[in-house]
Amino acid sequence: MSAPAVDVRALVHAYADGTPALRGVDLRIDAGEAVAIVGANGAGKSTLLKHLNGLLLAGSGSVYIDGIALTRASLADVRRRVGYVFQDADDQLFMPTVQDDVAFGPMNLGLAADEAQARVAAALQAVGAAHLALRAPYRLSGGEKRAVAIAGVLAMAPSILVLDEPSTGLDPAGRRRLIELLGRLPQTRIVATHDLGLVLQSCPRALVLHEGRVVADGTPARLFADAELLRRCQLEPPYEGLKPGPGPSAN
Amino acid sequence: MSRLAAALQDLRALDALALRDTALARRDPRAKLAVTLCFIVTVLSFGRYQVAALLPLALFPTVLSAQAQVPGRVLRRTLWLASPFALMVGLANPWFDRTPMLALGGLELSAGWVSFGSIVLRVTLTVSATVVLLGSTGMHALCVGLSHLGVPRVFTAQLLFLQRYLHVLAEEALRMSTAHRLRAAPGRRLALSVYASLMGQLLLRAFDRADRVHQAMLARGFDGELRVADRWRWTGADTRFVGLWCGYFALVRAVDLPLALGRLITGAGA
Repeated sequence: MSAPAVDVRALVHAYADGTPALRGVDLRIDAGEAVAIVGANGAGKSTLLKHLNGLLLAGSGSVYIDGIALTRASLADVRRRVGYVFQDADDQLFMPTVQDDVAFGPMNLGLAADEAQARVAAALQAVGAAHLALRAPYRLSGGEKRAVAIAGVLAMAPSILVLDEPSTGLDPAGRRRLIELLGRLPQTRIVATHDLGLVLQSCPRALVLHEGRVVADGTPARLFADAELLRRCQLEPPYEGLKPGPGPSAN
Repeated sequence: MSRLAAALQDLRALDALALRDTALARRDPRAKLAVTLCFIVTVLSFGRYQVAALLPLALFPTVLSAQAQVPGRVLRRTLWLASPFALMVGLANPWFDRTPMLALGGLELSAGWVSFGSIVLRVTLTVSATVVLLGSTGMHALCVGLSHLGVPRVFTAQLLFLQRYLHVLAEEALRMSTAHRLRAAPGRRLALSVYASLMGQLLLRAFDRADRVHQAMLARGFDGELRVADRWRWTGADTRFVGLWCGYFALVRAVDLPLALGRLITGAGA
């Protein structure tokens, strides 16, 4: 039996000032799954995601990616496997043109220029942003920036894609395109958000994080029908007319 | 538009210019770097009282700014920013060096004024050439060119980071300035205590933002070495570009062209 894509065991994290962010998170995600991590602000979603890519290292507990224990020694390997899309795309886009920015990851993987450019073209094509290749990132709309940020991560060909609040700042059309894109991607997808509508339409499984602990795990439809759970975790149920989407492709 | 917004716009204007497909943008960054370096050395090699002999060198930034389609506004603003430096360096000259040197009509010019004019002209020429180089190449390509010319990668990476953080700082400063302006009493100057607080906040916010940018770089495999895609190949056109301009600089340095032209027109010295 193959190792799970993500295996988090008793993960604890406290910030430098002593504020606890994660208080013993256990989590297992299989390859190809699309999983949402929902929770109010300060629930620990971003902190948990940063542990999956090694941006934060466990104070106590452990994180395994594709069976590899995340340590300083395995950081490069883990970052090759886990692509992280930041909440604010402006933090991620820093090169002078879109194509240079998308090439940043592949170049760091040590790929030859030709292969890196092929990856750039394929990633931009995948997110529908091929026409933006020569544009300066600061001239893009919010939705375009998000798409390019995702392309920058896809170009590294990760097996796991981690997205932090991907629908923030998107207009309805941009949000729709994001949901469609999430549905098309073959990678294991982990989406941290408090946009429960997005979860309902793009993830067959959701985890509710509250005060640094996973307090519920199940299908979005079941979790979001639990009014007491949502109230306790300071979440709002999605619009009642919203139906679960066809769901992303599960591999 | 606030001065901060104008500064940010200027920062971005040079980047945006470099993205355009112009005759000069297609030249290899190494060729442009080599020619600009040669130009600056030539300008600096002239004597302190040589003004007229420098004038033919103005052809270089003039032709290149036209080729690169650098707007005059960007050039003027950059020269305006550099002008205090030129004034600081040269303004003492007329005071200390009062030896009569030139008579223009009824006006007698001292050697100090001539050397001051020479300094202003040199700053104008070198700053214009540098702006044209940046506007036709961009910092990113420029750093690629510098790396190929043997400049250590640690230095070129610092240059790229410096440029990126200038943007971060300017964006944060602009946000804070707008937020302050919207709530400040109209017409009142910024109190020193508020100014100090804003500066402290700006530093902290820019630091936080820089930290997030760094995290985003780490997440995409950054390990301290900045690897950038190199799309340029040296061509025959680059060789001709370097050869022609360096030849012209050598000619200007060897022959006082304005003097030669004056003699040709007036027949003097024949």
